[in-house]
Order: sequence, then structure tokens, then C-alpha cells
Amino acid sequence: MYALLVIAALFFLVPIYLVFATAFKTPDAINLATSWHWPTALNWASFSDAWAKIGGNLGNSLFLAVTATILSALLGSVNGYALSKWKFRGANTLFALMLFGMFIPYQAVLIPLFQFIKALGLYGSIWGLILAHVVYGIPITTLIFRNFYADVPDALIEAATIDGAGFWSIYQKVIFPISIPGFVVVIIWQFTQVWNEFLFAATLTNTSSQPVTYALSQLSGGQAVSWNLPMAGAILAALPTLLVYILLGRYFVRGLLAGSVKG
Amino acid sequence: MKGLSKDRLWSIAVLTPSIILIAVFVYGFIARSVYVSMTDWGNDPAQALAEHPIIRWVGLANYGELFTGFLQGRFRQELVSTIFFTVLFIAGCLILGLGLALILDRNPKGEGLWRTIFLFPMSLSFIVTGTIWRWMLQPQGGVNMAPTLVGGQPSTFGWLSSTDAVLKFDWNKLPLLTASVVGIVLVVVAVRAAQGGDRRRTIVAAVCAAILLLWALFVGPNIKMLPAPEFHGFNLALIGIIIAAVWQMSGYTMALYLAGLRGIPEELREAAKVDGANDYGMYRHVIFPLLSPITLSAMIILGHISLKIFDLVYAMAGPDNINTSVPALNMYLTSFRQNQFSLGAAIGTVLLILVAFIIVPYLASQFRTEEGHA
Repeated sequence: MYALLVIAALFFLVPIYLVFATAFKTPDAINLATSWHWPTALNWASFSDAWAKIGGNLGNSLFLAVTATILSALLGSVNGYALSKWKFRGANTLFALMLFGMFIPYQAVLIPLFQFIKALGLYGSIWGLILAHVVYGIPITTLIFRNFYADVPDALIEAATIDGAGFWSIYQKVIFPISIPGFVVVIIWQFTQVWNEFLFAATLTNTSSQPVTYALSQLSGGQAVSWNLPMAGAILAALPTLLVYILLGRYFVRGLLAGSVKG
Repeated sequence: MKGLSKDRLWSIAVLTPSIILIAVFVYGFIARSVYVSMTDWGNDPAQALAEHPIIRWVGLANYGELFTGFLQGRFRQELVSTIFFTVLFIAGCLILGLGLALILDRNPKGEGLWRTIFLFPMSLSFIVTGTIWRWMLQPQGGVNMAPTLVGGQPSTFGWLSSTDAVLKFDWNKLPLLTASVVGIVLVVVAVRAAQGGDRRRTIVAAVCAAILLLWALFVGPNIKMLPAPEFHGFNLALIGIIIAAVWQMSGYTMALYLAGLRGIPEELREAAKVDGANDYGMYRHVIFPLLSPITLSAMIILGHISLKIFDLVYAMAGPDNINTSVPALNMYLTSFRQNQFSLGAAIGTVLLILVAFIIVPYLASQFRTEEGHA
């Protein structure tokens, strides 16, 4: 059993070893034949070079991911609250129609989206990208909050109604205070998704506002690249989401499982 | 709760912005894409980016071009590639994910650490994964050099650059092949329904199967979609991309299975043991049947990811490698590099139809049960 675990772990970890081994080499020490060797001396310059190339894009990604995440978490929270605690006829059908938006290939809406963002004058600005991420994030954030609030006993809401509380005061005094775990799941999930997204990043932005995924793809795209640079870039680009995952893995997994629906 | 109280109005008011946004950004844009796909916008490069382009309605011509046009062989290869990719990717993720979940379910020491290791690629972007694996799969390095670590000869497999393909078939035979496969599946359905004593289903399936097979026998062989034979198959260069995709997503499958395994009540296992089931029997008759809904969910989630995948391909093999390309990548290039918007919209619509085939029944089944007693 442990042998199997070790073999599996190697499959998952060996790429990481190679990434670091390559990132720490100097460009002239990178040689396909010796790609498995650990560098004799650690060369940190790759990271500063990569930082110089994609640091600005990392900043873009950070601003984008934080803003889009906060907006979609707030939207998802009130949506989830309305859908789970104030059910009306057809609420489930409406929700299913909403969820469909989570699964569509964005290629099927990309051209109109591009036109729309352009018509708004937001093409090339990070705000166009934020708008897209917030809108297409509505399904998943609503889903996670709806499932989270479904576990809040209805009796609690009824008791509050009898005390004369209305829609918003129940949200403020009852729902919101117990929502922290829900927010954590949604924030981690959205942050990771937005940070990692590529298609919108490639279509809706230009050089000044491109997020790091696009910059990284350009960094490694050329033919005659020295591989220490894209490897260091990959580490930099992966670090934020990786840290989130390592520190808050439990909530990350919960978001993962919510993605498999369960109405 | 009664009628249209103030609170009820508030809940609708709160939802309205999201409903409008989804209506516009999802359904409105899909409708607009379908419309664009039926025009000639961008087929004339001079008109593509004009201020007021002259756009003509051309009906299904773009789809005809994609499936039978001389210039769009690339798209047809991509469709075939994406089907092979999806099948192998799902199989890889399910097998590895289930295997890992079964091991972790036996509570090995340091379980949390193992789980962390298997799941971390999930937090990376496909671009990062692609960059890493592109380096791993260099023709004369990385994986190909691995045998030398234990004194072997380096391998020379062209992970991302191979141009060999297996399982090739003539595109002209596609309707024939499809009809035969669906026909055979329906025969199986009919036989099973007959065994289960479901007469209506037996008859419907048998009649449909008969029609399809007769069609395949007499009409199918004479259909020619292209003037000349055009062969498409499974390009070996895709194997590397599939491995990278499995590396990234099998942890997800493991998490799904693990949640399922942990949800099986201990009493059930105890009961099976009391009834004299050995380990194998317990998995075969108790645990696997309980996991089958999870397998279905996982297949659907992985399937829709796989049909949409393109950033991984972009990062690993580059946008211009025809042997590894997929429709989702082609759509991006056609629309935003060549500015052929109508053709791009048509590819996007084909993708949407493929994904909808998987997702719509799934969503419907997830919500039908609930709506019943809502």
C-alpha cells in the first residue's frame, strides 16, 4: 500500500522537482541531457528576471482576482440567501437555468462578449475582465452559498420573522454572521479560478492589463527560450493559489466538491 | 410563507440583477453567437474589422464548410482529437482517482499529507501545468531522459511533436460509423430491456436500431461528404497532453471518490463482513455500486472540462501545432487571430452543442427530483 502511495506521489511531485531544478540553473547550465541534475550552485537571478518580465502582470492578476472575488462573493451570498430561504415557485428551474452558465464553453459567448466589452469602452481595461469574471462567477458562487444556507434551519428564519425581522434584517443579523465558512469557500474558489483563467485574459485585455497566465504563456511560447525563465515564472504564477491551497486546503476541497452540483 | 409579502418581493429584487446578467451574458450571447455563425462576418478579411462591416446572412454555410469544406480539415481532425482526448482523459482520471481514493480510504499514516500531494496540481492553472509539462516532455530531455537515471537508453518518443496517428478512419465514413455504433448500442439496450421485461422500451429501441442499421447497410456506404478520402485518427502527440491533464485533474476525481467512500456508513461494511463477504466481494457488491453515481458525476464534470480544454494545449504544444489542436483552441485562433468571426462563432456553437449533450440531462436530473416536492 505504501509502495503504491510513494509511486503515485512521485508522479505528482517529480514535475515540481524538475521545475525547481531548472529554475535554479543558470541559462548555460541548462542542457536537455542533464535536465534531471540538481544545479551545482543556486541561481536566484531567474526569479528576479522572471519578476521583471511578469511582475506587472502578477499585479494585474492580484487586483483582478481580489476585486472580482469580493464582488462575486457578495452577489453569491445574497443570491444564495434569496434562493434557499425565500423559495418561490420555479426557483429551482431558475437556478438550473443559472447553473447552465457555469458549464457552457466560453467560446460560445466569446465573440458577443468581446463586442459588448468593446462597446462599453472597457476593452483592454482590467474592469472589462472583472465584469466578465463576476458575471460568469454568479452560477458557482450562488450554488455554493445556496447549498451552505440550505443547512441553516428554516426555524431560525421563522423565529426571526415572528420577531418582526424582514428580509434584510434577517440577512444582517442571522445569516451574514454565520456565513464566514461559506465566504471562505467561495473566496478561495473564485480567487483560484479567476487567477488561473486564460481565455478571457487573452481576449479582453491588451499588454498593459494582461494577467499573469497570459504573460506566462508568452514567456514560454517562443522557440529559443532559456528554460530557467519560464520555470521561475511558473513558480511565481503558481505561488498565490498554491499558498491558498496549502493553508486552507479543507475549504478548497469543499468548493471543489460543490462544483459537482448536488442541487 | 404566504403570497407576495414584502420579503418575497425583496428576494426577487435581489435576484433580478443576476437573472438579467445571466440572461444577457449566457442566453443572449449564445443567441447572438448562433446568429453570427449564420452570417459571413469576417469571411472577407477586408470587412472583418471595418467600422460598419457588411454582414450577410448565409444560413448554415459555415457549418457546411466546417464539416465538409476543403479548407477546414483541421477542424475535423480537432473534433476527432477532442473525442479521443475526452475518452482517454476521463478513463485516466477515473482509474487513478479511484485507485488513490481506495488506498487513502484505508487510513494510511500521514493521510492528510498524501491527499495534499495528490490534490495540489488542481490549484494550478492549466497554463502553469502546461509550461511545466512542456519542459518535461522535451524531445531530448525530461521524461525521455528518465531511463538514463537508472542506466538505460534515452527514449526518443516525440511526446508533443509526433505526427503519427493510430485508429485512422476516413471522414466520409463518419455517418456510417456513427449509425453503426449507435445501432449496436440500441440493440444492446433492446436486449437488456427484453430481459428486464420492459416491452415498450424493447420495441422502441429495437425499431430505432433496425432503422439505423438498415440505413448503415444500404444508404451509409454511398454517402460522400468530401470529394476525396480524408483520414483522421488519434494523434500520438496528444498522449503527452493527456498525461498532463490527468496529472492536474485526477486529484479532483480522488476527492470526489473519497467523499463518496467516507459517506458510506460503517454499518454497511460491517453488515457485509458479517454476511461473510471478503474484501473483494465487499468492494464488488457493496462499495462500487454505491460509488456509481459519483462516477457518473465525475465523468460529466471531467467530460465538459475536457471538451472545453484549450489553455493546456496552448501552453504545451503552442497554438499552431495542428496535430494536437482542439476545437476550443481553433475557435480562439479563428476569431481573434484571423478575425473570421462567423466561422469562429460556428465552432463555438458546435462546442456548446457537444457540452450541452452532457450537461443538460445532468442538470435536469439533478433538479427534477427536487422540483417535485418544492
